[in-house]
Amino acid sequence: MKRVALLGMPNTGKSTFFNRLTGASAKVGNWPGITVDLLSANVLLGSGMVEIVDLPGIYNLHGFAEDERVARTFLEENPVDLLLVVTNATQLDRQLALALQLQELGQPMLLILNMIDEARRLGIKIDEQALVDDLGVPVVSVSAKHGFGMDNAQSAIIEALGKAHPARKAQLEKVFHEDDALASRLEQVFHDAVQVPLTATDRLTDRIDRVLLHPWLGLPLFFLAMLLMFEAVYTLGAPLQDGVAWVLEAIKTDAVEPAISGWNPVLQSFILDGVFDGIGTVLSFLPIIILFFLFIAIVEDSGYMSRAAFLMDAFMSRLGLDGRAFVMQLMGFGCNVPALMGTRVMRSRGLRLLTMMIIPFSLCSARLQVFVFFTTAIFSAWAAPLVLFSLYLASFLAAFLTALIYRKRLPNAEPLLLELPPYRFPTIKQMWLRGWREVAHFVREATGFILLGVILVWALTHSPFDVPPASPDTLAGQLASLFAPVFAPLGIDHLMTIALLFGFVAKEVVLGAMAVIYGAGDTDLAGIVSGRTDWVQAYSFMLFVLIYTPCLSTVAVLKQESKSWRFTGLAVGWPLLLAWMVSFTFYQGARWLGF
Amino acid sequence: MTLADLPTGQTGTIASLAGDPEIRTRIQSLGLRIGRDVAVIRRSRFGGPIQVRIGTTDLLIRPQQAAQVILA
Repeated sequence: MKRVALLGMPNTGKSTFFNRLTGASAKVGNWPGITVDLLSANVLLGSGMVEIVDLPGIYNLHGFAEDERVARTFLEENPVDLLLVVTNATQLDRQLALALQLQELGQPMLLILNMIDEARRLGIKIDEQALVDDLGVPVVSVSAKHGFGMDNAQSAIIEALGKAHPARKAQLEKVFHEDDALASRLEQVFHDAVQVPLTATDRLTDRIDRVLLHPWLGLPLFFLAMLLMFEAVYTLGAPLQDGVAWVLEAIKTDAVEPAISGWNPVLQSFILDGVFDGIGTVLSFLPIIILFFLFIAIVEDSGYMSRAAFLMDAFMSRLGLDGRAFVMQLMGFGCNVPALMGTRVMRSRGLRLLTMMIIPFSLCSARLQVFVFFTTAIFSAWAAPLVLFSLYLASFLAAFLTALIYRKRLPNAEPLLLELPPYRFPTIKQMWLRGWREVAHFVREATGFILLGVILVWALTHSPFDVPPASPDTLAGQLASLFAPVFAPLGIDHLMTIALLFGFVAKEVVLGAMAVIYGAGDTDLAGIVSGRTDWVQAYSFMLFVLIYTPCLSTVAVLKQESKSWRFTGLAVGWPLLLAWMVSFTFYQGARWLGF
Repeated sequence: MTLADLPTGQTGTIASLAGDPEIRTRIQSLGLRIGRDVAVIRRSRFGGPIQVRIGTTDLLIRPQQAAQVILA
């Protein structure tokens, strides 16, 4: 099968072009020497199947960034029949540089001028024939977003592949020192083929930026936009999650339970409370992941992400992060899982890992349920909102403290040099494809891990099987007694410690677990809790719940995205330690002050 | 003068690039090449990034890196 490598700078619409060319058939593949995920797809072009591989966006073939190393390694290790170089037609003055560098490799090449509609709107005139003459490679103009010119691109690929060249690997060393010569060649080609009017900037973008990046209005508008997005995800996502839960419950009671009713009770419980609930945990995340990625697609593809970086970078750079990290941190307040997946936009690994360290501190909607319950059960009506607010504050403080501590160990090697693209609105198809692909990725990567964790907690809380589940006599109860010396100084008794063990799976189950542990119905749980704990204990418990591991899904995604068990261990271990220290300081401090 | 000192709204011509090759390569690939005109569009508050324009590309660059772009 012939192989085509898709290359281009970031923000050229390369992924959109890839999606147009391949439909939704793309999958993640493994390649020699490469550890990051690369999308590839087999498509029928002409009379044969062709494998198209989407390489990461690179600025320079000789650059030092991780993505650039990946692209180099791929070209060196894998034979390629054709290099498909995607450029942004509005920025040929710098984008042709990459095409010229790649041409030095001596492999067959096809040059795609994408976003040709934008170029025309700006009055940029491109002489395709002059480009063909100067570069000696075929050139096709397209708008991948709207689908113009894709037929021409396909036939050009077929034609280029038809000319018999054996596929070969690239040899990169020999072209390493020739960048200066390329610079003058670039000026020449650009001069011959492209005419740019004097004011070729997007007027509408300039006008919008005058408001959105306003010295005084910019930040309030940013927070307002985030708040609105959040509201939208919440308003749309909550009913969807409830719907999934309802369907699952119906399947459980109407189909699974009757089917296994005659079985051994231990096996029944294993299937219902272990396996089935584990799958349910994975499924319950899907609506929120799709929704978040629809909105992340809007924030990123519209160009607003770079604007957020402009507004927040002054503050975040002091923490070793950048403005985009703040956007992801805010997204984490809805759900940590998609926020962690969203950090893929960061090219520097250190920056990305540091951002992944702080996201789990974001007070997500699952933790909010626990806090709303506790604050209303324990605190008076006027104090409850303040208590809740203080927890949001603690969430930010824990994140910023963590960034300050770990910024040296996870250094951000790359300078912030971000493009500020004109505002664009992604098409529904683009957003949907993104959401769908992320969900598929999450299901594939995280299911096994989550299932294993849920079954483990089930085993701890259900064995030995002749005592009530989650009671002090179960393994979980014994574990809690074992840890009593650790949790007693925090004011957390051993029954609540069992609830914390449940909370490791998902914060959604903490309240349900407490009802089981205390043998209470959902309605009288508040009374029992407020009777057993005073406000100092409750607040200490909430601080611990806020800071320690958010849920198994988060852990699974930390592993999925970092591909490092060591980092995953750190990102789970440090918050546990921090949670203990914060709760200890609070509880002992408050008691010492006489509360 | 460097790009970091260029007043907002003004244009300068790039004379040379300082700093280590890693950052120089990145700055160049984004279009900040010797001989090209660059304009400062706006600055963010509290010493944050600068929005600059080279040809049809708008970029965010932090003051530390902008200081490595020497203007004629």
